[in-house]
Amino acid sequence: MRKGFVKAMLELAAKDKDVYLLTGDLGFNAFEPFVEKFPNQYINCGIAEQHMVGLAAGMALSGKKPYVYSIVPFLVLRALEQIRADVCYQNLNVKFFGVGGGFSYGSLGCTHVVMEDLAIMRTLPNMTVLSPSDALETESVVKAIHQTQNPTYLRLSNAGQNTVYQTAPNTLIGQPVIFERGNDLAVIVTGVQTAFCVQIAKELKEQGINITLIGMPTLKPIDEQVLLSELKDIKIILTIEEHSIIGGLGSAIAEVLAKHSWHGQLQRMGIYDAFPTKVGTPEFLRQEYGLDAVSIKKAITTLLNK
Amino acid sequence: MTDYIEISKELRKKVVKIKHDSQSGHLGSALSCVDILNVLYFKVLNIDPKNPSKEDRDRFIFSKGHAAAALYAVLCQRSFFPESELAECVNGSKIAGHSVKDSFPGIEVSTGSLGHGFPMANGMALSAKKDGKQHRIFVMISDGECDEGTTWESALFASHNQLDNLTVIIDYNKVQSFGMVDEVMKLEPLASKWESFGFNVQEIDGHNFEELEKAFAVVKERNGKPNVIICHTTKGKGIKEMENTVESHYHKVTNEEHTKFIEEIEKL
Repeated sequence: MRKGFVKAMLELAAKDKDVYLLTGDLGFNAFEPFVEKFPNQYINCGIAEQHMVGLAAGMALSGKKPYVYSIVPFLVLRALEQIRADVCYQNLNVKFFGVGGGFSYGSLGCTHVVMEDLAIMRTLPNMTVLSPSDALETESVVKAIHQTQNPTYLRLSNAGQNTVYQTAPNTLIGQPVIFERGNDLAVIVTGVQTAFCVQIAKELKEQGINITLIGMPTLKPIDEQVLLSELKDIKIILTIEEHSIIGGLGSAIAEVLAKHSWHGQLQRMGIYDAFPTKVGTPEFLRQEYGLDAVSIKKAITTLLNK
Repeated sequence: MTDYIEISKELRKKVVKIKHDSQSGHLGSALSCVDILNVLYFKVLNIDPKNPSKEDRDRFIFSKGHAAAALYAVLCQRSFFPESELAECVNGSKIAGHSVKDSFPGIEVSTGSLGHGFPMANGMALSAKKDGKQHRIFVMISDGECDEGTTWESALFASHNQLDNLTVIIDYNKVQSFGMVDEVMKLEPLASKWESFGFNVQEIDGHNFEELEKAFAVVKERNGKPNVIICHTTKGKGIKEMENTVESHYHKVTNEEHTKFIEEIEKL
């Protein structure tokens, strides 16, 4: 996803001189082409994330468009008050990119593995929250948010070799992506697990089983009407996210369903209110915590056989 | 010379009125910075009350947002908005305890949480430099605010990026929220700290108009280094029983005191 981000940034910086890339001393092996091509639009702010976010607010108040980049915990957690008070409170055009969402830095321990970012960002007024599924969708949404004026958080995960799209999709901010339509069961997914679910839905289809599959690259705002119209005849919903089940995708969907008195069974897959303290590659940890393709397929099959 | 003495009296009276009407604290914090704001708004800043968002205006960032009453007072005195706007400091009014961007013309940013104004000022100073603009950025911070890590993150950044269009003003009134600065977290030697961070440092009496004028004249010169003016002030300045007290951070002005304090200020 990082590559998709950098590719989009190169395009944006070329066409808009007010676009600035701010980093908290991170971006090795990714930002070099940007630094070389747009040195005047690149600011390494040092390892001082709270200042970096305030700086970005001041730049936005001067008409600049700062794109602020750091590892998820250092941005979302350490600089949370600056994100809230300086950027969201004043509703400024600052875009945040948290790299290493979910299990991306699984070998580094829970200082780096954060499963709370989407929940926290979702509660902030004025904030748009994005969790794209692969590199091409990341590229698309980074370009799309250049057109918006409000604060936005985008979670960049390590998607590895998992891809959803072969060509850049026309992802619209706030819009659920309908991959498949079926009866009875709907799977709603965000981030890396989207690729797994697309493959699983395809396999089920070959067996004559049609499920509804909805991708959620935007967690806030959500077009409730689109979602409700897709879910009106559905009896069972399964949400899947590489994130705490508290406050993320599952919660967002539950809020919509509760508001509109949906009747049915909602099951959430994610991290259950714990620090995932096992250490390993993202692939290993997805298996360990039941968020890999095999575990997801098993969960879907169990629900279908109920 | 501008009639600073009379203007400061008016500002202090407005501060006392706002604090009395709103029954909120931070009286002492507002009174300590009144004379600095006076010189800034009536002498130093390139601003136009009739066109508060003109592009080439100097930016003043009031980072010690808890002292907002002083900012409301000076903006009103400088005709950014009519005095009638200060008439009603009650529930539902715009007169928040911490200054809110655009709640009144001339308020550049929302502040209230300490350590936030200086980073934003850096963003403005850097942007001005990038665009080759000549306007300047001034940010006022409190002494207690120097406890915040972001103050020193900001100082590193301003110095590294040679933000010589930036001036940090410290309202050094020696009293913070729950004690004297020296007791809570010593700042001294403060001047040499800023010098070591690469700033042009001046240390003055923040109630002496001549010294304030002189210090602000010095920072007009640009030498590749950001500026700091350490202003030694008195918390609660102008009301004897409030001066140099922690109590002045929390005290709510009663009806009797309102009259008494205004009389005391008149005699200054």
